[in-house]
Amino acid sequence: MNAPIAFAAAKTTRPDSGWRLFLRTIVARAYPRVVGQQREKAWLFFETFIPFVAIVSYVYVYRALDAPPDYIGFVVIGGAMTAFWINVMWNMSAQLYWEKDNGNLPLYIIAPNSLMAILLGMALGGMLATTLRAIVIVGLGTLLFHVPFALSSAAELAVIFVLSMAALYGLGMMLASVFLLHGRNAFQIVSALQEPVYFITGFYFPIRSFGFTLAVAVSAIPLTLGLDAMRQLMFASGPTLGLLSVRMEMAILAVLAIVFVYTAKLWLDHMERRAVQEGALTDRRR
Amino acid sequence: MKGIIRRSFAPAAWLGWQVESNWASPLLFLAFSVLKPVAGVLILVFMYNTVSRAGTSAPIYGYIYLGNALYVYVGTVMAGTSYSILEDRERYRVLKYLYIAPINIPVYLFGRATPRFLAGSLAAAITIFFGIVFFKVPVHLTLVNWPLFLTALMLGVVCLAGMGIVLGSWTLTLRTQPWFLGESTAAALYLFSGALFPLTLLPRFLQPIGYLMPITYWLELMRRALLGPAAAVFPTLATLSNAQLFLILGVQTAFFLGLAFVAFRFFDRIARDKGLIDALSDF
Repeated sequence: MNAPIAFAAAKTTRPDSGWRLFLRTIVARAYPRVVGQQREKAWLFFETFIPFVAIVSYVYVYRALDAPPDYIGFVVIGGAMTAFWINVMWNMSAQLYWEKDNGNLPLYIIAPNSLMAILLGMALGGMLATTLRAIVIVGLGTLLFHVPFALSSAAELAVIFVLSMAALYGLGMMLASVFLLHGRNAFQIVSALQEPVYFITGFYFPIRSFGFTLAVAVSAIPLTLGLDAMRQLMFASGPTLGLLSVRMEMAILAVLAIVFVYTAKLWLDHMERRAVQEGALTDRRR
Repeated sequence: MKGIIRRSFAPAAWLGWQVESNWASPLLFLAFSVLKPVAGVLILVFMYNTVSRAGTSAPIYGYIYLGNALYVYVGTVMAGTSYSILEDRERYRVLKYLYIAPINIPVYLFGRATPRFLAGSLAAAITIFFGIVFFKVPVHLTLVNWPLFLTALMLGVVCLAGMGIVLGSWTLTLRTQPWFLGESTAAALYLFSGALFPLTLLPRFLQPIGYLMPITYWLELMRRALLGPAAAVFPTLATLSNAQLFLILGVQTAFFLGLAFVAFRFFDRIARDKGLIDALSDF
């Protein structure tokens, strides 16, 4: 392209703004997530293998205890959902901190697009690969351990899954700015909180075992209610072991999703303002 | 020897301690160190209480609880060595400077692993204490066979350190997803070492993997020391006496120490030849 044509093209091409910029940012940030993960076959293998080995261990614990077959299914579904928690914590909440460490964060801050769109792109890109991993885990678990599914409503299950993901990724977005502000601690905190979250979320046992009050208190983590509702919809004994009705859990998850996403927007805006005003938040030496 | 300890081990142990702990106040660090293993064991306690009618006096309860509480050493000592190398190489990017410094690298790695071992010991002790006080784990401190416990603990930790050096040395030569090596090995051993359930529950064709692993024998010795005769009720290793278990564990420890020596020389040479000492696995 010669110089006059390039100049004319530059004059007629208007930069994206508003919703168009927002959507294009999401696609642009999701793209490397999806493509990058396909190029890292070892990563895909390990991120499926490690949760699956934990699932198999817990399945054998239930077998050692002569538990009813539905509990094997609880472990398989819970184990598959751990992939989403890991994805949200490591590849989203801690992501801005990694970006700072790699020196990319200032570019995110000075770019004209919204940080929320960048994080949403990460979420969608990561969610695709994580969903595939979760499907593989459920498939393998079902095949190896003959999980007795008794699906009562596929539509409600789909709604619960989508609401759980919206609330969970909203929580991840919210924590991204918190982790960034707390620097190196982010790594340690994410690592230290992994098992406690697996415990209080009831990944491997019905949350009702906590008793009603405590179970409701830990329901602020979206996967708690999401898993409880999924188990109610997928297993014959699920409704008898559920905490609240599926409809009620659906409503609470919808509220959590709105609250987390809105709070994430507020906190990210605050963090972006601080980064610009102080000029030190993005410094990787901090 | 004194010089090696002063120059390589002591600074590495101090550095390791700072890396592990100085991100939080001592109290907060202690809380986080204990939170993870206690939560891990609580998952099993709730799984047990949800489905079992046998109560906490059933032998399987102590088996599961102690297996999980002691498994923390595998993560901290074995996988921790591999993490130390990666942290120095990729996160703090100082491994290249350490290589040209007048220190002994394997001794340095032992030093880096020491704070993890201490933190792991603290976590295991508190988890077992919680188990005795709050979750009725049938350990009676006056009846514990302390000489057996301490000897088995030391032998097991030396063996895990040897395995850690093997993994850590291998990590030196990896550029693709090296962070997963320690984690996936620890995860696989969790399944195959009988940490949570007797090996006889595994399909027959997988059981030999468990019988080859030193952690299987180490955990059995530790359980026998803490639980007494109740630990030997499961058929997996019931036919073996404590002396036989020690013999097997001792031979395996010697094997892994020898392997660690060979592996370090081998992988170290590859890493130097291929310029991997300062490699980054970022993509």
